[in-house]
Amino acid sequence: MAAIELRNVTKKFATADGGTYTAIQDLSLTVEDGQFCAVVGPTGCGKSTTLTLVSGLERPSRGEALIDGVPVRGIETSTGFVFQQDAVFPWKTVLDNVAAGPLYRGQRRSEALGLARDWLRRVGLGGFEDRYPHQLSGGMRKRVALAQSLINQPRILLMDEPFSALDVQTRAIMSTELLHLWDQTRPSVVFVTHDLEEAIALADKVVVLKAGPGTVKAEFEIDLPRPRVVQEIRFDPRFTRLYEQIWEALRTEVAEAYARTTRLAEVAS
Amino acid sequence: MIDLPTQRDAVAGPSGAPASAASTPSPYAAPSAGSGSPVESPAGAPAENLARGPVESHAAGPTPRSRARRRRAWLAAARLAVVAALLALWQLGVGAKVVDPFFWGEPQGVWATMYGWFTEGTSQGSLADQIIITLEEAVLGFLIGAVLGVVLGIALGRVQLLSELFAPFLKAANSIPRIILGSIFTVAFGFGMQSKVLLAVVLVFFGVFFNAFQGAREVDRNLIANARLLGASRWRVTRDVVLPSAFTWILASLHISFGFALIGALVGEILGANQGLGLLIRSSQNNFDMNGVLAGMVLVAVVALTAEGLITLLERRLLRWRPPQTHGGAAVE
Repeated sequence: MAAIELRNVTKKFATADGGTYTAIQDLSLTVEDGQFCAVVGPTGCGKSTTLTLVSGLERPSRGEALIDGVPVRGIETSTGFVFQQDAVFPWKTVLDNVAAGPLYRGQRRSEALGLARDWLRRVGLGGFEDRYPHQLSGGMRKRVALAQSLINQPRILLMDEPFSALDVQTRAIMSTELLHLWDQTRPSVVFVTHDLEEAIALADKVVVLKAGPGTVKAEFEIDLPRPRVVQEIRFDPRFTRLYEQIWEALRTEVAEAYARTTRLAEVAS
Repeated sequence: MIDLPTQRDAVAGPSGAPASAASTPSPYAAPSAGSGSPVESPAGAPAENLARGPVESHAAGPTPRSRARRRRAWLAAARLAVVAALLALWQLGVGAKVVDPFFWGEPQGVWATMYGWFTEGTSQGSLADQIIITLEEAVLGFLIGAVLGVVLGIALGRVQLLSELFAPFLKAANSIPRIILGSIFTVAFGFGMQSKVLLAVVLVFFGVFFNAFQGAREVDRNLIANARLLGASRWRVTRDVVLPSAFTWILASLHISFGFALIGALVGEILGANQGLGLLIRSSQNNFDMNGVLAGMVLVAVVALTAEGLITLLERRLLRWRPPQTHGGAAVE
């Protein structure tokens, strides 16, 4: 049984002018237990919406989202979610941020803090327990967010362009560290990104979405050996071959999405 | 969604209103939709910042710190000189019969009245008692009004049905000129403390309420989603995410609110009381003793400024987590 399954889901949103906007349409996707799945697609193709459906933050308009074969009804606390923007609590110290999950789940404070210290060491933030998020760099805040999610030992980890705000070098380092952390507990991952290189370097499977309304255009198995070092894997000839293949599928969608936005801009002006 | 208005100006204070209420920039006008945090008045230390800023930025000498200190001392002396000059001008004006002390009082008279109050007590008993009574009324009113405002504001901000149900009533209540309620309270509850506390509560409540309400509405959706996914219950989200996030707004309203509480207490006393600074001002007015009115005003100003300082301290403590550039004076350091 698949860990995550989206069965023919459609998600429509009401727009401000009273109409409806279809973010994804008739999308089907499965992620096996322990699989790292990357979802790529042009801007506005509903990548992030798929994550909100799996986590239960939104309900599908049609179709079903299932976790371990059970339909998602409400907020799914068995999932970990790493947001695109900072979602760590700015008024909590780093330690309290990471300890939040266990505390919300009813653990004793002393245990939760001990666990949080351990996770902070794992993400390389030992010694920063008492800082507030604004005192950290963007990369460090991402580590806090990662520890905050992973401390709950989620079987499913959803990541919404988590590293898009970071500079290129930090991004590569963080990606390698993410793989390392993922390897320790092996949750099923859905990693949304618009960066194809990042997707191939990280994932077991890359799913390409069509320009909105989003639906699956193609899926690619990534059979590059693990463990991988993100900074170096792009020099592997197999990486280049995969990149060419997937880019072929992605290119037309990107062009289409771009043409649409520029058309819109022309209409507006 | 129903939009309750952010409160712009609750009441115009009566003349002789506490200095803090008049001089603090209104936080109500500041929050623009989506901006997140209200513009904050760097209350407490604007003067120090002005003094320190330029010195730090082009400190050429070897001892910028001591130069800054000297400059600060110099500024304090200059300010004192300005006050002394104005008072002297006023006194000279009285001497030259340009200013009529019957209507405008005179510095010497104000000083004499205050000295008399301190050493011999007032017509209503010792001065300390008067100050304590007024302060007690204001503080009680402030606390009750602020707590009510925060609790109801957050509740209505969090629960859509509640806000839909009560928004029209609150809008209507907010449009009543609240000072008028003082007359009703005085008749209904008599000359004791109760009527003053009530008036202070009513004055404080709306400002805090609308800020807490808006603050609860403006919480970052991602933060709420994150807390929910981490396993927080709705109540935990309110306590752990909504409340601290709204605190930036609430604290901004508390600055002004203590001024309002003081106004409530004073106006209540002026309308009818047995004790308090307001009564002291009122009886001086009845005796055409402008020096007494002015002396009362000075005392109220001192009380208000002290309270303002304490609230600023509280704010610094509670908002430690914020980056310094939005945090009053700390950024200059």
